[in-house]
Amino acid sequence: MISMFIAMASASTFMPPAATQVAKQLNHLYAFMLISSVISFIILVGGMIYFVYKYKRKTANDKTPYISHNHTLEFIWSFIPFVIFMACFAWGAYIYKEMRTFDENALEINVYGKKWVWEFEYKDGRKITNGVDANGKLEPATMVVPVNTPVKLLLTSVKLSPEDKAVLHSFFVPAFRVKQDALPGRYTALTFTADEKGLFQVFCAEYCGTGHSSMMAKIKVVSKEDFDAWVLGEEAGGAPKEMTLADKGRAAYAKWACIGCHTLDGSPSTGPSWKGLWGNERSFNDGGKAVADENYIRESIMDPNKHVVKGFEPNKMPTFKGMISDEDITAIIEFIKTLK
Amino acid sequence: MAGSGKSYLEGETGLWSWLTSLDHKRIGLLYFFSVAFFFLLGGIFALLIRLELFSPGALFPADMYNRFMTYHGAVMVFFVIIPGIPAILGNFFLPLQIGAKDVAFPRLNLMSWYFLMTAAVMALCTLLLGGVDTGWTFYTPYSISFKPATILMAFAVFIAGFSSILTGLNFIATVHRLRAPGMTMNRMPLFVWAIYSTAILQVLATPVLGITVLLLAMENIFNIGIFDPALGGDPVLFQHFFWFYSHPAVYIMVLPAMGVISELVTTYSRKTIFGYTAIAYSSLAIAAISFLVWGHHMFTSGQSEVAAITFSVLTMLVGVPTAIKLFNWLATLYRGSIQMTTPMLYTLGFMFIFTIGGMTGIYLATIATDIHFHDTYFVVAHFHYVMVGGTLMAIMGGAFHWLPKMVGKMYNESIARMSFVFIFIGFNVTFFPQFVLGNMGMPRRYHDYLPAFESLNKISTIGSWMIGFGFLIALYAIIQAIRSGSPAPMNPWGSKTLEWTTASPPPHENFLTTPTVTAGPYEFK
Repeated sequence: MISMFIAMASASTFMPPAATQVAKQLNHLYAFMLISSVISFIILVGGMIYFVYKYKRKTANDKTPYISHNHTLEFIWSFIPFVIFMACFAWGAYIYKEMRTFDENALEINVYGKKWVWEFEYKDGRKITNGVDANGKLEPATMVVPVNTPVKLLLTSVKLSPEDKAVLHSFFVPAFRVKQDALPGRYTALTFTADEKGLFQVFCAEYCGTGHSSMMAKIKVVSKEDFDAWVLGEEAGGAPKEMTLADKGRAAYAKWACIGCHTLDGSPSTGPSWKGLWGNERSFNDGGKAVADENYIRESIMDPNKHVVKGFEPNKMPTFKGMISDEDITAIIEFIKTLK
Repeated sequence: MAGSGKSYLEGETGLWSWLTSLDHKRIGLLYFFSVAFFFLLGGIFALLIRLELFSPGALFPADMYNRFMTYHGAVMVFFVIIPGIPAILGNFFLPLQIGAKDVAFPRLNLMSWYFLMTAAVMALCTLLLGGVDTGWTFYTPYSISFKPATILMAFAVFIAGFSSILTGLNFIATVHRLRAPGMTMNRMPLFVWAIYSTAILQVLATPVLGITVLLLAMENIFNIGIFDPALGGDPVLFQHFFWFYSHPAVYIMVLPAMGVISELVTTYSRKTIFGYTAIAYSSLAIAAISFLVWGHHMFTSGQSEVAAITFSVLTMLVGVPTAIKLFNWLATLYRGSIQMTTPMLYTLGFMFIFTIGGMTGIYLATIATDIHFHDTYFVVAHFHYVMVGGTLMAIMGGAFHWLPKMVGKMYNESIARMSFVFIFIGFNVTFFPQFVLGNMGMPRRYHDYLPAFESLNKISTIGSWMIGFGFLIALYAIIQAIRSGSPAPMNPWGSKTLEWTTASPPPHENFLTTPTVTAGPYEFK
């Protein structure tokens, strides 16, 4: 009975298509909230209209009863909303946990928000951004992902040009019910597993200036076979194969002279080796600890003396802030990930 | 002067006497005229926003639209809704309702008005410097653009904050020190309780906003890295600081409205309020909890998951005292003697709209649904239902309720009711479709949109014209009352609170003899 109501409500809520499990779960929660609110609304506003009609002033000297309070009633109308609110909270927190559960083998794609385009970078080095079709019409950047496969997006906001300023953006896919801000100088992550094929809209949901409302992109969910074919380049119009992201990282490792102090074979030099660094818990001279993730590596490049690994001397490494590009940092991180 | 019995409107009448008046009633009217002017200004920006969104494609350039959006928000929040009820109705009626001759610090009260005026002039000057396009939230690092307009706007908000802090301080002192004999805390009208709770928020929360905008200005002037990652700062820190003020500020906006509604619902039901203690203390509870929920504005910002879950559950707790108030008003109507005057219509309109606004708040407090709704038109609809539907309905209801006391004239009931019809229907036509737009995923602050969103945006824009027309009628009703209304009796509505025991308009010293209070504020027996 209740499930029937919920199904009916989800069909008429104007929510966008639900192309992930999370989105489908969320539709149920939404329907539950909608039904609870309609009932509460009928009690409150219906009661109000009924009372206004029934207790309309009749004479100029109407007498009214003196009712100052009623503990039972007051308890009921505090407790029932409390229970409903807590149910919404718990259900919402449960789905949120699902939303934030990252699969280790997820397909990773780097997402750059720029004023005012989205750019997607795959591990094989392929970059996708806005294009123009034969008629000169804008073709929004289209991310291609396989169906039923966990995808992890690593988001950051970067400058379009050196004079530009990186600002906040937010990656919003209504059909997947996910949204995550992209911040300058930091990585945030987002995951989804599309279970329906199709073309889905992406918006920028955080105000970012002049071109905010045109900062759109698409996600194209295709079958696994089509995705593999696409990766091989058949659909990409035979574009020349680029270096993989990890290869770009290896090049940056040499270009920025990281090689002078960080080995790749596990032996310590002036600085710690990069082998086995990824995901490792690091202990610092100041007694602190941190897991080596994207933001840790980024911080170590930009602000190397903030956390110095135990056993190494401070002030050996210069900052690369203002010199190294966000793309190079992302590539180096990807390179380190491969050094198991 | 003492005991002369002359109305506060008589005596010295020149403009200068008003600009230097220390009488809380005159200062209340000064606020009324200035806030009404700002409201007109903010309203024009609102109409321009809706005009742009009438159909897809650009009517105004994007940068111009972004300025409309920023000024609409900044003017309405900092210069209309925050000062609105406390500074106009609070100034005028808080001393009257507790049987005081004035507020505790009359000079400070006048100074608060001058602070607000200074801030307003500064805010308007930013238009001459190219305008501000950051949105009223000034999110970093977008707002760190080293533009003089942004810096001046930050200082304007800083100064406006002082107006708010000093007004709050004044009201707290007044409530504690100037109550008439017999007026215990538990005999204070609920409007006074609401203004008192608000005043605590104003004093405790506003300094954080002051510090935040000052840091923002410093960063813009001296290039020090606080919020801008390019300078080594943290943009999310700004959001924490900003919402640490701006979430309690939501209650600075809506608690006074709840106070007004409590007064109106009991007067026009001619029945004592149900659950006096529950309403009074739920105001304090809301004020206290509201300091602990700011992170619900930041579920997608990259804050930790533990923080998100904590802020979600705390936010739910604010919902409970809010629900309690709605049920208390409903219970007050039960077996009352309900008179459908204009203020009562606005009260019922408030209850209708605030119920929707409150319930949709739960959708945004629930993390998973908020992830979808955050920064979409659902949020725009929600906060307009709370702040406009709530606060503006209460301001209008309160204005008509107390107009006879303020100016000593009665308004024309049919014209005033007509204003309600247009504002209430227009409001729902404007903002209800925006919930649906949010469901569909239309992000906010868009100056252009996909064709799929067109029909609902058209309806919304038409609604905005109805609201505008409704306010013109209301303005006409007020002007008509002042110019040719019949003289108001001392207590036209049969209210029980103290302001109705003195002349309409009240004498300069409020009460010719200090009243002695022997019972609660709503003794309809």
